[in-house]
Amino acid sequence: MLQLIWLIPLLPLVGVVINGLFGRRMSRTTVGWLACLVVLCSFLISAGAVWQLAQLPEDARHHAVEVASWMPLGDLEGATDNQALSNVEISWGFALDPLSAVLLLVVTGVGLLIHIYATGYMAHEEDLSRFFVYMNLFMAMMCTLVLGDNLLVMFVGWEGVGLCSYLLIGFFYDRPFDERTGLSCADAGRKAFIVNRIGDFAFLIGMLYLITEFGTLNYLKLSAAFEQAHGIGWMMSAVGILLFIGACGKSAQIPLFVWLPDAMAGPTPVSALIHAATMVTAGVYMVCRMSPLYAHAPDALAVVGMVGAATALFAATMGITATDIKKVLAYSTVSQLGFMFAAAGVGAYTAAMFHLMTHAFFKALLFLGAGSVITALHHVQDIRQMGGLRAKMPRTATTFIIATLAISGIVPFAGFFSKDEILWGAWSSGNKAIWAVLAVAAFFTAFYMMRLTYLVFFGKFRGGDEKFSHVHESPNLMTVPLMILAVLSAVGGLVGIPAAFSVIGLGDANLFHHWLAPAITPAGGGHGGGGHGAEAAHSLGAEWALMTAALAIALFAFWLALRVYKREGTAERMATRFKPIYTTLRNLYWVDELYDALLLRPFYALCRVFTAFDKWVVDGVVNAVGVTAELTGQIVKLFQTGLVRNYALVFLLGVVAVLYYLITI
Amino acid sequence: MTVGPQHFLILSAVLFTLGVAGVLWRRGAIRLLMSIELMLNAGNLAFITFARQFDQAEGQVYVFFIITLAAAEAAVGLAIVIAFFRLRDSSDVDELNLLKW
Repeated sequence: MLQLIWLIPLLPLVGVVINGLFGRRMSRTTVGWLACLVVLCSFLISAGAVWQLAQLPEDARHHAVEVASWMPLGDLEGATDNQALSNVEISWGFALDPLSAVLLLVVTGVGLLIHIYATGYMAHEEDLSRFFVYMNLFMAMMCTLVLGDNLLVMFVGWEGVGLCSYLLIGFFYDRPFDERTGLSCADAGRKAFIVNRIGDFAFLIGMLYLITEFGTLNYLKLSAAFEQAHGIGWMMSAVGILLFIGACGKSAQIPLFVWLPDAMAGPTPVSALIHAATMVTAGVYMVCRMSPLYAHAPDALAVVGMVGAATALFAATMGITATDIKKVLAYSTVSQLGFMFAAAGVGAYTAAMFHLMTHAFFKALLFLGAGSVITALHHVQDIRQMGGLRAKMPRTATTFIIATLAISGIVPFAGFFSKDEILWGAWSSGNKAIWAVLAVAAFFTAFYMMRLTYLVFFGKFRGGDEKFSHVHESPNLMTVPLMILAVLSAVGGLVGIPAAFSVIGLGDANLFHHWLAPAITPAGGGHGGGGHGAEAAHSLGAEWALMTAALAIALFAFWLALRVYKREGTAERMATRFKPIYTTLRNLYWVDELYDALLLRPFYALCRVFTAFDKWVVDGVVNAVGVTAELTGQIVKLFQTGLVRNYALVFLLGVVAVLYYLITI
Repeated sequence: MTVGPQHFLILSAVLFTLGVAGVLWRRGAIRLLMSIELMLNAGNLAFITFARQFDQAEGQVYVFFIITLAAAEAAVGLAIVIAFFRLRDSSDVDELNLLKW
């Protein structure tokens, strides 16, 4: 199986080709199941390969397959002084190691569930084959991103998933999306693509820096090269920040987060797969992947941590006032991604990857649950039109509540363990400020999630009795993936039980930490990642205290949310009372407007200048050439009478003139 | 008065001028062809004169070439005239004015 990892990105492409060429002539069922089948095959190969990887001894858990040579660059400038720069070559290679294994299983596993769900969700939509072509293409690109053994192959996948994201956000390209901004779904797709472009540009520059300095983009070779690199700390920091800007674009961090809320224009399975579980976490994966770089660039790592923590808090507050069920979840995703970056920023890479995994479970579940609700209500997304759906949709409601408990960090659901590990990582690394910001963000997370759950599933239905009678539970095709994800959200955290639990007889049961340790270079430099356990041993008390505090914060937020939203009118009274805060949050801190005023308007003005130049100067010159030629022709054509005798006369005059010249010379 | 080369040359010039005048002022296609023929023969006369004067055979050879060429030209020219006549029921070259913008 390990030899076959190159098949994992390739198999979904088979689905792309078949559905793309013949999809319109095949039945809708065949299209859907074919798309699921190829993802299933990828998942099985992934699972087999990871299982084989786990059999290997810990130090040997790295399997690379070079598929083809790609870019033989030859000698770079400075090759005579530096051996590494001679005969540089970038190959098309895939590699499986503990780090990529985690994301690979998440991508193919959650991806498979979402594909199955989508066959139910999209059952009545037009253009089913186009949808599944994009979805399968996304899976192929995401697997390329995860499995690439060098940054450039990762970048291919990185751009590929960006493309699929754009295509899928704009899937309903002719439908309007946002009344406030007047965007259509196609506009939302473009916005996502353009904002990502900014990040990708920085990513590209970072890669070019690396290749001119070290002559390779292969992770292992880079890692070895960083060890010997001295005196270029500023370069490392620059590259670290450039790569992080790329991650900011892809993973929707400040200041490039604005595209993700609008990405909700896509079909809900897309939001679950791309904009919650997999693609947006690619940035986190990349930062963890480049941990050897960040070990030598503490400044860049500090930036990662601060931006992550700020985003976590900032986005969480925006989730409180949003009224679109998917937008609440979108802000939540931005915020949770902020948690992951904050974790990576304080050096707790395993915590970041752990949260990435649990987040993929519960956030995919939340989105799929939201999709189930939206279908049941015939495309109503406004939570003010919902309520009391628990009675009609027991499966959706139960799974949604499990996901809410998981994301809010209630013991023993998955989010509790991963969030606790992040908070503990922030605290134990001495970044108390980041810990505090994250704790506040965790409070808001629990608050908006309880608000969402309560407004959707509890209380009284606010969309009219007639509509309520039509609400029904979604088909099994949709609820079974929900239930599987609910189980994963409930028990998924148990693979990473923190060391503090050893006092109740579990031993050091943090399997996840041990699994990832060989693939991660800790932030302090040096090798081996066992710091967590040793450190924890003499601060068990602190860890327990933090855990209890986090739990108390979440429960307090739950209680507060229930108090505010249980009785009609309380929320409105709060909104009037804190009107400035409410308006600010409701308008999302006017970030879109700010970008509009600071970037877009000057940009458009510049565009108008260039348009005028193009229209009057460039086009003017070209047109002048044409007009001159035509005018000349208009004049010259007068000599062309068509009368043979006129021509003969001119001919004669010509002969006379020539003769005269020859004679007088 | 003896007849010298200059007389032949003057005759040749007169014939050529008549040919040019015919081409420029006459409208009938047949006359036009005849005028061209006249100019060619003026040329022939000049060639013969010079061949005789300088006692060289090349001039006479050229004349044969020109006679052959004139025959071919007359054949093509008459074919055009016939085609034109079928099209327009006329042989007036001023009506043959389509070859312009």
